[in-house]
Amino acid sequence: MLMKLFTDFMGWIDKRLPVTEAWNKHVGQYPAPKNFNFWYFFGSLAMLVLVNQILTGIWLTMNYEPSGDGAFASIEYIMRDVDYGWLLRYMHSTGASAFFVVVYLHMMRGLMYGSYQKPRELLWIFGMLIYLVLMAEAFMGYLLPWGNMSFWGAQVIISLFGAIPIIGEDLTIWIKGDYVISGATLNRFFALHVIALPLVLVILVFLHILALHEVGSNNPEGVDTKKPKGSVKPEELSKFKFHESYTKKYDIVDSIPFHPYYSVKDIMGVAGFLILFCWVMFFFPEGGGYFIEAPNFTPANGLKTPEHIAPVWYFGPFYTILRVVPDKLGGMLLMFAAIGMLFALPWFDRGTVKSVRFRSKWHLANLVQFAICFVILGVLGTMPASPTANLIGVIASFGYFGFFIALWFYSKNEHTKPVPERISH
Amino acid sequence: MSNVPVNNGRRRFLTAATAVVGGAGVVGAAVPFIASWNPSARAKAAGAPVEVNVGKIQPGQLIRAEWRGKPVYVVRRTEKTVNDLAKHDDQLRDPNSEAAQQPGYATNAYRSIKPEFLVALGVCTHLGCAPTHHNGDFDQFVDGVENGFFCPCHGSKFDMAGRVFQGVPAPLNLMVPEHSFINDDTLLVGVGQGEA
Repeated sequence: MLMKLFTDFMGWIDKRLPVTEAWNKHVGQYPAPKNFNFWYFFGSLAMLVLVNQILTGIWLTMNYEPSGDGAFASIEYIMRDVDYGWLLRYMHSTGASAFFVVVYLHMMRGLMYGSYQKPRELLWIFGMLIYLVLMAEAFMGYLLPWGNMSFWGAQVIISLFGAIPIIGEDLTIWIKGDYVISGATLNRFFALHVIALPLVLVILVFLHILALHEVGSNNPEGVDTKKPKGSVKPEELSKFKFHESYTKKYDIVDSIPFHPYYSVKDIMGVAGFLILFCWVMFFFPEGGGYFIEAPNFTPANGLKTPEHIAPVWYFGPFYTILRVVPDKLGGMLLMFAAIGMLFALPWFDRGTVKSVRFRSKWHLANLVQFAICFVILGVLGTMPASPTANLIGVIASFGYFGFFIALWFYSKNEHTKPVPERISH
Repeated sequence: MSNVPVNNGRRRFLTAATAVVGGAGVVGAAVPFIASWNPSARAKAAGAPVEVNVGKIQPGQLIRAEWRGKPVYVVRRTEKTVNDLAKHDDQLRDPNSEAAQQPGYATNAYRSIKPEFLVALGVCTHLGCAPTHHNGDFDQFVDGVENGFFCPCHGSKFDMAGRVFQGVPAPLNLMVPEHSFINDDTLLVGVGQGEA
């Protein structure tokens, strides 16, 4: 009786909006390769953190005061007087760092299994755009508590634009809306942080997933699970029912529907993630000074630079690249180039074998050195400037850019292992 | 479609004309959105000159004043410091202050009106941090130079005339703002010598 009511209701809806159709195409009958490992947790985890950020962010704005005079005090008010305000803020600030943790791991997965290669270039570009917007979002969000590190961090980053010839100085004044970082700057950053960028972020995530479902998910073997129509014997076809938009064009092998198989698996990932997340949030909400830096417990002071200005950890790699260059404009260009290289990765890699499992030892070594250099650059970015740190930074920067250059050379005629036709296990 | 009589040339012209007119409209509509990011009239009015009492500064001491929200460093240099300025010219990027980082009346060996007083913005020309004043222990950064400024952000170094050392990220000497002396003890920042 109840079931019939529900079926009738869905029938009524489906005649007017294809809800069941969309569910089947993207969830219930979406073919995902059967061999996803734990590296495939981080996409859904990124989505979880995004929801966390949006939800806690909305609640924070209910008590936050976006003005030069009131911002710092309103954060203290949230922390001390608002019921569970401390929890909402720590969920948001820990969530920001967690966002970058899962996104960096998600990107590493893409690097390892060649998920950026043809035909997934656009998918990768959307992902990189998400990463870029995320960095802008995090940067602007960090100004909002109006602590002294908020102020000077913004001062350093906005001054970067001053290095642009001719228009640079005027551009920084235009960005700040004042001759110094002031309440005007805070207010516009607030507007961008809570409305403009989240909107862009959500749209980009939507496009990222649409693009993914158009080309299909890659997998740890890098084996194509969509075979040409009619090329697979009927008894070898996947036994599950997939949406006809996939089966019409291809023979689907070695795949399982996203729901319930990967939705359940992802719940496992969520459980594990939440244990770590809560552990950090409840016991180390400041992340040992890496998530919320010590100078941020004093209000913004335009006359007193903190002794040691360091960005939040997730900007570390690019910050190090910026400061190893003893030239203002050059440092800025190299820093943006570092991100630009990632955008162009699908074209630096001229190979056709996707997964590192079947690529040459050179590629494995190159990938490992890239990851190590990235971590070293990140660590250096949070440390004070010194000649030794500078030297290590220069070497690691060479490693970072070298990854792309070397890849372009060896991937053309790379000595790879034969890639199996099918996912064997 | 194909059985409808269409003048393609005319259709293309109309499409292009509509796009151009519409595009001009979009550009026009963008103006208020972009221009509203400029400093407001209130922010512009806040840039008034400030007076600083320099009579009580001890030799070698630095005091900070605030002008347009930026720190202004005023240092009473000792005679030895002034005399030592010329000794490390070969280690500087711009020893003769050729870049326009100071008003004409301060384009001299001391980058100041009076050799005794250095007046400079405490804003590193790299990325805008406030350099710290090292009085007597600057030789940990540059051998043989006793006093100077060290920027804690990215390690840029400046001497006691605000001139930048070589091999650091900062490209230019510290900015010397427009300033003048009302009398022996009172400095006015924001109004140049001979303007008031």
